Order: sequence, then structure tokens, then C-alpha cells
Amino acid sequence: MSLDAHMPTGPLPEQWQRHTLALKLVNPANRRKYRVIIVGTGLAGASAAASLAEMGYSVECFCYQDSARRAHSIAAQGGINAAKNYPNDNDSVERLFHDTIKGGDFRSREANVYRLAQVSNAIIDQCVAQGVPFAREYGGSLANRSFGGAQVSRTFYARGQTGQQLLLGAYQALMRQVAAKRAVVHSRAELLDVVVADGQAAGIIIRDLVTGAITAHAADAVVLATGGYANVFYLSTNATGCNVTATYRAYLKGAFFANPCFTQIHPTCIPMTGHHQSKLTLMSESLRNDGRIWVPMQQGDARSPHQIPEAQRDYFLERKYPAFGNLAPRDIASRSAKEVCDGGRGVGPGGQGVYLDFSDAFGRLGRAVIEERYGNLFEMYAQITGEDPYAAPMRIYPAPHYAMGGLWVDYNLMSTMPGLFVIGEANFSDHGANRLGASALMQGLADGYFILPSTLSDYLARMKPGVATANRPEFSTAAAQIASRVKRLLSIRGKTSVDAFHRELGKLMWNECGMSRSAQSLAKALETIPKLRERFWRDVNVLGGGEELNQALERAGRVADFLEFAELLAQDALHREESCGSHFRIEHQTPDGEAKRDDERFCYVAAWEHKGEGKPPELHKEPLTFDHVQLQQRNYK
Amino acid sequence: MKLTLEIWRQPNAQARGQFERYAVENISSDMSFLEMLDVLNEQLTQQGKDPVAFDHDCREGICGMCSLMINGQAHGSDRGVAVCQLHMRRFKDGDTIVIEPWRAKAFPIIKDLVVDRGAFDRIMQAGGYISVSTGQAPEANSIPVKKERAEDAMDAAACIGCGACVAACPNASAMLFVAAKVSHLAKLPQGQLERERRARAMVEAMDHEGFGNCTNHFECMAACPKQIHVKFIALLNREYLKASV
Repeated sequence: MSLDAHMPTGPLPEQWQRHTLALKLVNPANRRKYRVIIVGTGLAGASAAASLAEMGYSVECFCYQDSARRAHSIAAQGGINAAKNYPNDNDSVERLFHDTIKGGDFRSREANVYRLAQVSNAIIDQCVAQGVPFAREYGGSLANRSFGGAQVSRTFYARGQTGQQLLLGAYQALMRQVAAKRAVVHSRAELLDVVVADGQAAGIIIRDLVTGAITAHAADAVVLATGGYANVFYLSTNATGCNVTATYRAYLKGAFFANPCFTQIHPTCIPMTGHHQSKLTLMSESLRNDGRIWVPMQQGDARSPHQIPEAQRDYFLERKYPAFGNLAPRDIASRSAKEVCDGGRGVGPGGQGVYLDFSDAFGRLGRAVIEERYGNLFEMYAQITGEDPYAAPMRIYPAPHYAMGGLWVDYNLMSTMPGLFVIGEANFSDHGANRLGASALMQGLADGYFILPSTLSDYLARMKPGVATANRPEFSTAAAQIASRVKRLLSIRGKTSVDAFHRELGKLMWNECGMSRSAQSLAKALETIPKLRERFWRDVNVLGGGEELNQALERAGRVADFLEFAELLAQDALHREESCGSHFRIEHQTPDGEAKRDDERFCYVAAWEHKGEGKPPELHKEPLTFDHVQLQQRNYK
Repeated sequence: MKLTLEIWRQPNAQARGQFERYAVENISSDMSFLEMLDVLNEQLTQQGKDPVAFDHDCREGICGMCSLMINGQAHGSDRGVAVCQLHMRRFKDGDTIVIEPWRAKAFPIIKDLVVDRGAFDRIMQAGGYISVSTGQAPEANSIPVKKERAEDAMDAAACIGCGACVAACPNASAMLFVAAKVSHLAKLPQGQLERERRARAMVEAMDHEGFGNCTNHFECMAACPKQIHVKFIALLNREYLKASV
């Protein structure tokens, strides 16, 4: 199978508009005959569901949470980018595009990223019209702040709860469509398989998490908006329920998985305290606007931060990257923090932390201003650590946060499986090897509000509605396979809990395939994962039954998929013999320790095709071409 | 720490529930309350006993999924935090802790500590939105919003929809939730056109779901993890009255 991204032609700034003109339309009177399934109700899923229902399609949504409003997009704190140039600091679509391409270390598609930058302004308009309470200036206009990887203030925010407010906007729009009977939301429902008929995505298999009922749902198109897979590391900033199951199951059914090794480690998380920990908490990157990051100059300096004089502090980001300083991009800031901690200069218990210090900002701006800007984050830090961040600097450390990899999609956001569309974090397309701050919300909403409604319509316009029905044998076969998998998980009754397996996998992935990797560490991971998987299927202990709310069973299914996906991730990391963005191979670095890309050999998207159980996946390459920007080594100095 | 837990166990909506007593050991003061329950569940699994079902997801205080009554208080004793952010350093070695699900007729129990909060979604469907379809929006800065108004709206919009207000109220009233939603949109210029219709429809939906009425106990505000102020209930009453005359 060959990869055709259906890229538009013509000059970059005109491509999306020209492309939309070529897309077919569905007559408004016919739209309700088309059934669209959307899995996931985060920013991408909810906005897509609301927009498609508003257009008149029959929409069915599924989410594993008890309400669509709880999708993990809700936890995004910092903000959303747009190229409005309200602060008059010389921002533009062109500049947002350029920052994003460069931030992704030239491993994303020019046309996609340009379109994202173009659409960004309409997102802000849409959200404001919905009543999203963005921060304002005294004159009533919208306020902006800066985020990592940019020298302009283009980030819109609603205190430290931007993701929540944007999601509520999309959720409210969706609730309006539910009331209008154009959309149905099934909550506490988890996708366990994608059904393919005649080579097209024809529907999904769902397990009702309350009753355990396994049901088949047919549709004319299926949209996955199921987020990222960072929980493969067990400890991450993701919600505990975030998982790879939907995208991995689609991969098993024929959709290609692209760049799985690009997982972002976020620099500003609260450090881990002990073995019991179930998750890591992220604090908004916006803290880096006013906070200064430092460690002691001397190894093993155990003095309290106040006792360490200015001259004995190393503000390592400001030292190494004077132009961007504390706002260096996430991959660079994360790696720098790891480097100083590995060098024995980390602070806090276990030495796995660096200071994020606001004392300069208190002096310059006063406590009131800092409280207004970041008060809730300070409270959250105090609550979790039991320390007062107004009295002493916070401690932070990097943690797995966001998946840039995901299912491969073409310019229309369709996977290699016809009829299966993938949006938001679940696809691979816009962030390359690293995602800049405040751009995940932008992509989720761009895909959902503006891009998918056009491209999905084009797909539907080319087919008759209602062709797929759940009566087809493909549905009953898939449902029976899922039912037997559930039964198998419940019949093992081994000695080890699901969480224990997940923790073991996560530790392995973090150590061997985390912030930096080598051929040696990856080989070790690839050797260990199948053994762990084998042990899981022999020794996992899932109690209770299948016909009830059974949270251990839910987690067991997800961990089983993580155990397979982890191997694909490590394989992708091993094959990519270069360093770029959030993928750092220690064999490939510049003399001063920066990521060394290899554009000659690796300027492509790595899309993996499943070839059957026990067989190695096949690598397909989508070459990346850059006509508008110049490939250059990223330089934030 | 060593603790004794009294936990409400109920296999499903139809079954009768009862308290069961469990002992947990080796609880670190750095653990969150939910991590302590994870430890209990690992222990129960080892013993071949059904682990305790409880709702949780983001574990950073924003998704609103976690929902426990701890010693009779919604989300426990700490002000302004959800139970996922409550830490074990708030408890003492040897404590007995009583853990129950949200208590309200409109939130039926699904299993153990898990309840159905679908009623909140249905209240939202009744009018908790601004009717603007994608693509109809004017330029964002063409609608100026006074900074103080935007802040006020944000104070209300901060509601995470967890349902603690209902669980804490002796009447199981959803007034704080509905007030937060109505106030958020009523404060903003974008929300003006549907303001009266929204207040009426949401209050009617709330009554229809079987929530009680507000009799000014203010337990909702005390329990709210986002400290949504009861002043919004006064605003809701005003909005509803204005919409009804």
C-alpha cells in the first residue's frame, strides 16, 4: 500500500482555500441521512461533533468518562495560540507557521502547519462568541501572554484553566445539538475495536462500562478523537484513563501508525515523591514567563535555596539560550534539566528537580500581580507538595506529557483506512517531533471546528448514506472476538495486579525509551517487552465479572494494548538514527549536546503498517519536502 | 500510617449497600487520598476480594470526576480542593475514615462509590450554552468585555461540575451548579439574547431532575472545590425572577 497524502498544490498561503474549493458538498437536505461516529469528546471530538451536527449530519459520540465535559483536554492550563497580532509585536500567520515548523524540528508537513496557523484566528473568534471567558485588558480587548518557543505574545488564556474553558465551550455547543436531537452522546462507553467492511471503516465495537454489554455501531464514517498515548510511561501528566486502545486497535485493522517515538516530555511538572505515585502533575509552561530556572553551581549543594548566593546559582537556560532563556522550547528545556540533574546538581529529595524561582518577579511586579497571573498554580503546588511556593522556589522536573505521534492521516485528516478520520492528538500531523506550548488546543479545535467538517463532507459526498449496517457479519465477528478477549482477561486469575504490570512497563519505557535513548537501551526494551507481555497474559489478576462496572477489567484491556504498542514505539525509536525534537538518541548529538538531525536520511514521516500477529510491521516513508522554509539546525541561542 | 477505612459497598444500583471495614498500612503522607485507595485496591486484589469502584480521572483537580464523601464532607475537609488533591498528610496515624458516595436522589448509585451525574448534562442541554454555530462568529475583539466582568464570569465558569454542591446540601439542591452556569453566560455580552430563556429552562430542568431547593445553608460553597460563591445563587434567583415576570 502506498501513502498518498493528497497534498494540495499552488502557493502555500492559498493551498487550503484552493483545496476547500475542490472539496465536494452534501446537500443540506441529505445530510441527516449520513451517520457519523465520533469517539472521544475532548477539544477535537466535541468541536467536531457539534460542528457536524450543526451542519445537519446525524452524529453519535462516545466517551469513557461519565460526561463529555471531562475529557482530558480539560486539564490544559496555559493557553491557545493564534496569529492575531493584538499586542502589535509583529506576529503573523507566517510567523506562527514558521515557529511551529521550527519547533517541530522540521518533521511535520508544511501545508498542514500553514493551514493550522491560518485557521487559528477563527478559533479565537468562535470561542469568544461561545462565551469563553478569556483574560481581558482594562479596555475590554483580549489579553495575551508568551509561551515557550516564541518571541511574541500570541497566547490567549483563561486563568490557568484555558483547556477547561475551551472544552466547556465545545461541550456546550454539543449539548445544544443533543437537545436538538442531532447528536447523541454515549458516556461510560469504551471503543474496543474498529470494524472494517469492504476495506472501509464501517463502525465500532463498544463496551458499556456500566453493564458490560458489548455492542456494534455502524456509521458512514468513523472519527477517532481519542487523544494521546503518553500513559505508556505509566507516570505521565495524562489523566489516568488516557490510553492507546482506539488508535492501536485501528492500527491492527489496517490504519498506519506514524512516528510513535515522538512523545513529548514537559519540563514543568511537580517532581515525583515516591513509588506509590499514580500520576505526575503538570504546571503550566506560562510559569516560565516570570519564573527563572536554576540549580546550584556546585554538585551536591544541600543548602536551602535562600542560602545560595546569586553568584553560586546556574540559570542554565538563560546561560545556554540567551535569546529565549527560560522560554526555550519544551524538548530543550527538559533535556537541559535532565542534564544538570544527571550531573549531580539536581535539588530536592532524590536530586530529581530544578528550581523555578519567582523571587525576581515578586520584586519586579509584586506579589499581587503574580497571584493574579498564576495564583491557582501556586495553590496547586502547595496542595500537592505541602510546601509554600511564595516562601521558597518551586521544584520542577520533566514528565511525559503529549504524543506527537499518532495515526497517519492525509491532508484531509483521513487515515490509510478509507472512512476512518483521526483528529487532535490522536493523529500525527501538525507538531512534527516536538510540540510548542499552546498549540495542542489550537490543533484540536482547528481540526474539529474547521477542517474536518469540510473534508469529511467531501468523503461522504462521494458515497451513498446508510450503506454500513450493524447486521453485516463483520460486526458480529468483531463483537465476538472482543467478548472472548474480555472473557480471557477474566479467566487468568493470576497473582499480579494490572497496575503492577503497568508500572513495570512504564519504568522500562522511561528508563530505556524516555527523554534520551540509545541503540543499546532500545534493544533492551525490545527484548523485555515481549517477556512482560507474555507474563501479563499468564499472571494478570482481574477479579469480578464482565457484565458489570469493572474498573480493573477496563484497565487490563488498556494495559494489554500498551504492552503491544510499546514495542512499536521502541521499534520506531530504534530505526530513527538521528535526534530531533523530543526524540533524542544519545549517539546523535552535536559537540555541545544539542539534538543532531539527519535530513539526508530521515526527513520523512515513519508510518508503520501492521502485517499480522507475530510479524514485524512494515515501514512506509512519507518524504517531507520544505519549499517555504529553509531546513536549518534549530537555534534558540 | 495505619488507617481504618469504613467504605460504602454496593454491587449495583438495585442491591442494598452496606459499610465494610478495611485496614490499610504503609500509607505515606505524600500520597493523595486516591493513591491511598489504590493501595487498598491492590491489597484487596491480592486477597481475591472485589476492589472498591470509585470515579477519578485527571487527578489534578480539574476534570470533576472524583466524588467522595470523606467523614461526611464532600471532597473531604480541605477547602477548595477536589478529593484527588487531598493528601494523606491531613490525616493521622490510626485514624478511622468513613468514605461514602455522593448522596442525592438525582445521583443514583451505580456501584460502590460511583454515582450517575447524567442529570447535570441534561440541565446543560436545556439551555446552558450560547446558540452560535461554528463559522458565525464576528472578530473576537469586536465585542469588548469589561475586565471585571470577564473576571466575574470566569469566577462562575470555574465550576468543574463534580456535584459536591449537591452532595453537601441537606436538600440535595443543584442550585450552585446551575447558578454558576447561568451566571457565567449572563455576565457576558454574548450571553444576553438568550439570558431569560436560559435561566427559566435550566431551573425547570433542575427541578425536573429531582434536585431539592436552596434554603441558604451554604454548605455547597463550603464543599465546592473551586470555591464558587453563593452570591451566584442570589444572581440566579434574580435572573429567574426577572425571566418569569
